[in-house]
Amino acid sequence: MADTITFSQEISNLMYAAHGSPLNNCIQCGTCSGTCPAVEFMDQTPRRLIGMINADLKEDVLDANTSWVCASCYHCTVRCPAKIDIAGAMYAVKRYSIWNKTYSDDLVGPVFSETFMKTIVRSGRSYEPILAPTYIFGFGAKEFFQEVQGATKMMLKGRIPVLPSKIKRLKNFQSMIKHIIPMGEEE
Amino acid sequence: MKKYAYFPGCSLEKMALSYHKSSLETTKALGVELEELDDWNCCGATTYFHLDEILANTLVARNLAIAEKEGLDFVAPCSACYKNAYFTNTYMKEDEDLAEHINFALEADDLQLEGNMTVHHLIDIFANEIGADGIKEKVSVPLEGLRIAPYYGCQIVRPRKNGEEVEAPEFFEEILTALGAEAVDYTNKTRCCGGSLLLTNRKAALDMIRILLYDAVQSGTDVIATACPLCQVNLEAYQTQVNEEFGTDFSVPVLYFTQLVGLALGIAPKKLGIGMELVSTLPVLSQFIAKEAR
Repeated sequence: MADTITFSQEISNLMYAAHGSPLNNCIQCGTCSGTCPAVEFMDQTPRRLIGMINADLKEDVLDANTSWVCASCYHCTVRCPAKIDIAGAMYAVKRYSIWNKTYSDDLVGPVFSETFMKTIVRSGRSYEPILAPTYIFGFGAKEFFQEVQGATKMMLKGRIPVLPSKIKRLKNFQSMIKHIIPMGEEE
Repeated sequence: MKKYAYFPGCSLEKMALSYHKSSLETTKALGVELEELDDWNCCGATTYFHLDEILANTLVARNLAIAEKEGLDFVAPCSACYKNAYFTNTYMKEDEDLAEHINFALEADDLQLEGNMTVHHLIDIFANEIGADGIKEKVSVPLEGLRIAPYYGCQIVRPRKNGEEVEAPEFFEEILTALGAEAVDYTNKTRCCGGSLLLTNRKAALDMIRILLYDAVQSGTDVIATACPLCQVNLEAYQTQVNEEFGTDFSVPVLYFTQLVGLALGIAPKKLGIGMELVSTLPVLSQFIAKEAR
């Protein structure tokens, strides 16, 4: 099957050429898992996830919440003795799961990313209040209340923008984006 | 007076307004000019890269190209903005194919990017361009006795940019010592604060914040100093939630390093945005602030 591309190749293709060594250079030492500050919240440790990618265990990789728990702190990347950009690989898995819509519904990360992106395309700037609905409705009552309370305090200190700002050359900016990703018209 | 193209980034417009104010005030006092980039756009933080790498680099490239047109080097006060700008600038030189794609898109805004400028984090300007000695010369209100925990966070030091020390950097401490303050030595100064996980995986993020606060407070910290708007908000605004979640009683002020530099230079607290924080800094800072300015 020379013309079929494996899952591990697909993931590698989603990583920009300048990123570190190939994933199959992994020696399974576990330095990444030992370093990761979020590892205890992951279904699979970074070491296991890379092993699973290299073994083309596609379903298992995509079922794991691991890439979405990664906070992109790059501690694993700088410590990896095989010089693999592990945080970069987490991004590649995230891209795969967004593009193929394989992420599970209880994850907030993918929806948050997409909303963030839409905000930027519309105005050229990020705007925190528009992002809130992507995560706040998934909260329990207690967390919801805490979040609202926190936001109110920030607002009273003048730290929450009332209106989104917009860049001046927005038309050019949107046309620039369309040069990279063809999009339909804004609804 | 050396001039830089200053890219404030979205957070500094409002959420971290005090960082913006204190950056402009302190650099001016230290003989560096920050000229805000005209019509800059959001650089995508850590989030664009989830979707598309070329697009993410293009958004960053637009800001760099505006700076390049002015012939200025680039400086960003936010760690994520800095990391993005640094790497896009580097890739533009290393990868012709990527550069061609990006320049094709930039034409839509009459821009081109070669990637020949240097990209700095704001703290790099203080640590290496002005330098600890340069700061020390201008200190008029030494922060004697103040125990400040330097919090580096992630993306200033990681990924490694140019062979620099990533495990135990010291440049933040040098700035704080130049102010006359005591730099607190604690283990987790480069451990991640959770970043945007606060929104997407709250349980993980609150735990990560708890670990940092615990370490800093146990080590005898009066105030934590940060160099990133997201770190500041996570460490400060979420203390109440950490307390509710874990039964702790943290109440430690978190300031931007520029606010502390400004105080030591004798700049009025109001000009530095002091007073906009949620955990009051008055108990620890009042001795350094003239009565009429409080």
